[in-house]
Amino acid sequence: MTIVLFLILFPLIAALTLLVFKTDAARDIIVKASSILIAAASIYLAVQYFDSKEEYFEFGNVTLSTLMMVIEICLAIIIFYLGIKNKKYLASVLAAIQTPVMVWFELNIGHSITVVNNLYADRFSIIMGLIIGVIGTSICWYSIGYMKDFQHHHHEEPDRRPWFFFLMFLFISAMFGIVFSNNLVWLYFFWEITTLCSFFLISYTKTQETINNAFRALIMNLFGGVGFVLAIVVLGRFYGILELNQMIAMGTMGINVVIPASLLAFAGITKAAQMPFNSWLLGAMVAPTPTSALLHSSTMVKAGVFIIVKLSPVLGWNIAGIMVTMVGGITFLLASFAAISQSNAKRVLAYSTAANLGLIAACAGIGTYAAVWAAIMLIIFHAVTKSLLFLCVGTAEHNIGSRDIEDMDGLFGRMPKLATFMIVGIAGMFLAPFGMLISKWAAMKAFIDSGNILLVMIIAFGSAATLFYWTKWLGKMAAIMAKRENIQSNVHKEEWHVLTLLTLLTIIICLIFPMISSLLIVPYLQTVFPSVSVMALSSGNMYIMSAMLALVVLLPLLFNGKSNRRIVPIYMSGANLGDDLTFRGSMQKDVAVSLKNWYMEEYFGEKKMNLIGIIAAAAVLVSTFALLLGGLI
Amino acid sequence: MNLTTSIIGITAYLILAPVAGGLLAGIDRKISARMQGRFGPPILQPFYDFFKLLEKEPITVNKVQDFYVMCFLLFIIITGCFFFAGGDLLLVIFTLTLASVFLVVAAFSSNSPYAQVGAERELLQMMAYEPMALLTAVGFYLVNGSFNVADAVTSQVMAIQYLPGIFLGFVFILTIKLRKSPFDLSMSHHAHQELVKGLTTEFSGKTMAFIEIAHWYENIFLLGIVYMFIAYSAVWSPVIAVIVCFAIYFLEILIDNNYARMKWQIALNSSWVVALTFGFVNLLILYFIG
Repeated sequence: MTIVLFLILFPLIAALTLLVFKTDAARDIIVKASSILIAAASIYLAVQYFDSKEEYFEFGNVTLSTLMMVIEICLAIIIFYLGIKNKKYLASVLAAIQTPVMVWFELNIGHSITVVNNLYADRFSIIMGLIIGVIGTSICWYSIGYMKDFQHHHHEEPDRRPWFFFLMFLFISAMFGIVFSNNLVWLYFFWEITTLCSFFLISYTKTQETINNAFRALIMNLFGGVGFVLAIVVLGRFYGILELNQMIAMGTMGINVVIPASLLAFAGITKAAQMPFNSWLLGAMVAPTPTSALLHSSTMVKAGVFIIVKLSPVLGWNIAGIMVTMVGGITFLLASFAAISQSNAKRVLAYSTAANLGLIAACAGIGTYAAVWAAIMLIIFHAVTKSLLFLCVGTAEHNIGSRDIEDMDGLFGRMPKLATFMIVGIAGMFLAPFGMLISKWAAMKAFIDSGNILLVMIIAFGSAATLFYWTKWLGKMAAIMAKRENIQSNVHKEEWHVLTLLTLLTIIICLIFPMISSLLIVPYLQTVFPSVSVMALSSGNMYIMSAMLALVVLLPLLFNGKSNRRIVPIYMSGANLGDDLTFRGSMQKDVAVSLKNWYMEEYFGEKKMNLIGIIAAAAVLVSTFALLLGGLI
Repeated sequence: MNLTTSIIGITAYLILAPVAGGLLAGIDRKISARMQGRFGPPILQPFYDFFKLLEKEPITVNKVQDFYVMCFLLFIIITGCFFFAGGDLLLVIFTLTLASVFLVVAAFSSNSPYAQVGAERELLQMMAYEPMALLTAVGFYLVNGSFNVADAVTSQVMAIQYLPGIFLGFVFILTIKLRKSPFDLSMSHHAHQELVKGLTTEFSGKTMAFIEIAHWYENIFLLGIVYMFIAYSAVWSPVIAVIVCFAIYFLEILIDNNYARMKWQIALNSSWVVALTFGFVNLLILYFIG
């Protein structure tokens, strides 16, 4: 138990320290030392609790609960004040609703309910702990170099880096809180901290745009927070429990927990940026890139799907399960389509995140053994690959001065190492034999077996769109353009450390995923699902995938970039002027060639996709809660 | 299917597929010529072309392009091996996608205008046929309870009885996969068209020969999927299945010669509509009766 407490509290201490020591040298040391310690602790935790199925801890006392309540009230006052100050009254209103309800609940009902186990660790929270502990801290490590450049680019601005790193580590602390809390009141406490952290991280540069987008994120997540509070009130008032494991046990024993499950899943949907709430994640792109990487890979949105996957045993063919499945499916399909129309690399990544989280949510909503297996695999692979891609884009942006995919023409010539990492990341997102495809494969099989044919169609079409937008990006990167200067030496060494680590992780996790499956995921699922059916993927296919991956990695190494053929200029219709970039056109005029990707605006325009998705997903949510309310009356 | 039959299947595919694929291409050219009132080249012409390509001077536009094409060929062959070993149909489709991505990236890597137009169109074609290809695999799974090719051809039932819509849908996207008009958007055999040679503009000599042989390998296992619809445990069914394969290929040649190239919008719209109607409705019915 000590180690769980350490993981929650130590990042908090690191965060506060970073607020105090403001010099670059001190910050470098603190960030690096804390990152190593946190990562090591998360690995130690995995080793320590490896043999036990799951362990619950009683830890907790009245003072602690009171302290949490006081902090919650303070946070609510801060939100209320910020809302008024920036004329975003909805944020104030939402804060003014949820926190008084929560305080009223805790004073009147909550304190009379005995909570036996406040904390716990099972194999799923260990997996999440590893993701947060290794990937989350890697992003902090990367930020050391990145934020120096960032400050350099924005030198007219005051140096807010202590605040930035404070928020990053606070975020990590709260995330550990979320994955190890069994007491829903505690979980809610950490949940709200991540909401507020993301608000401050998005509004980091304090321009009007960032403030607007930060408030959008805040308001949408506060909606989810209201759902969370209602779930707690319902559970406390009508079921007399406050513990997540008890709620799930009740659900699997046949007691109807659809209402609290829907409310919690709703909170998860807002946090996981599912339609109709996906716009906050897109807006969050205005923040410095490490923030995006953190929000997208190991924290925030992962908290959203974490709670949904946690609930999966009580989802399935009931209103809550259908709601989650539908919203997830709609988001997966339409966000994948919308990604085609984007040329801004970060927006492509953002839509891809929303889409993949949609797939995870849909899997969890199905709530079968095989589907949840796929969901957890997706969480793992997505965390590693997406953080790699965001950080690659961040480094590219600082060195080529653009995050537009069109400007990444021939990146292979200018920054070969970075381009290689990025290609691994992109391939990791959609190609066999990499992880995301393996999980998608399992998801597809689970959908077919569950008899949800609509989802089968959604995944078939969504995968086609995914293939399109990743490959055209891949093509841009792979283009070889003559006479490009190598500009890769300007990249900070911290950035290389992390990019290398994440690239290796992307490959290694794919190689060893049969082991991850049999050692961590299957044992977890066996405790959660009493009747365990066959494996999601046959072990034969799993090993074929690993072998293919070895081949894909070995081929470029064997090739080593040599060719004894004569190099000739490309065909350009007019006379190629020799540089492969200009030709002599009609009237003896020199014409520069520029090649652009397809965006198919009239098919997959962002506005259209969002409109359809938001209406469809909102309709699902509204009718779900209307049905639930109707059932009550 | 056990290990021995899998090995026999793979070996036969590795050796016979290029021969059969080349012959098929020769017959294709002959029939096309006759349809156009020409005499046409000898049946073995594709092989003559292939060996001639191998002897051309080795030139390239950059150092990496040939590597990507090699990978394309390699993974096309691996795809076919999975198929003829009786493996998982989804695995086959995913490996095919990997191979195709290598081809697209090879074209992109040249940074040549016509090659890139071809690459983008090839990608579009992939997006167009992918849903129907996946639904085909789903259809076989619902009929046989397994994605394995081996289980499909030893099944107690003839798949096409349950999958008529899926079959039609598959034949539709086969036009794209076999690179036949009206959907031969991404490359052409003749360099005098609007996209020059599209995807293959910058490939020459040995690299071009690899592309040819890859297509032969690919066409044979695509027809293998057609075969799966007909063949089952009855002893006579393989004969019928081979006849159907030839009939379908003939139909594709007929379509090829009767249509001019259409716009990409039509390719995308029509393939998705086919997947949404023939594919979806067929699956829906299967769920109801299953």
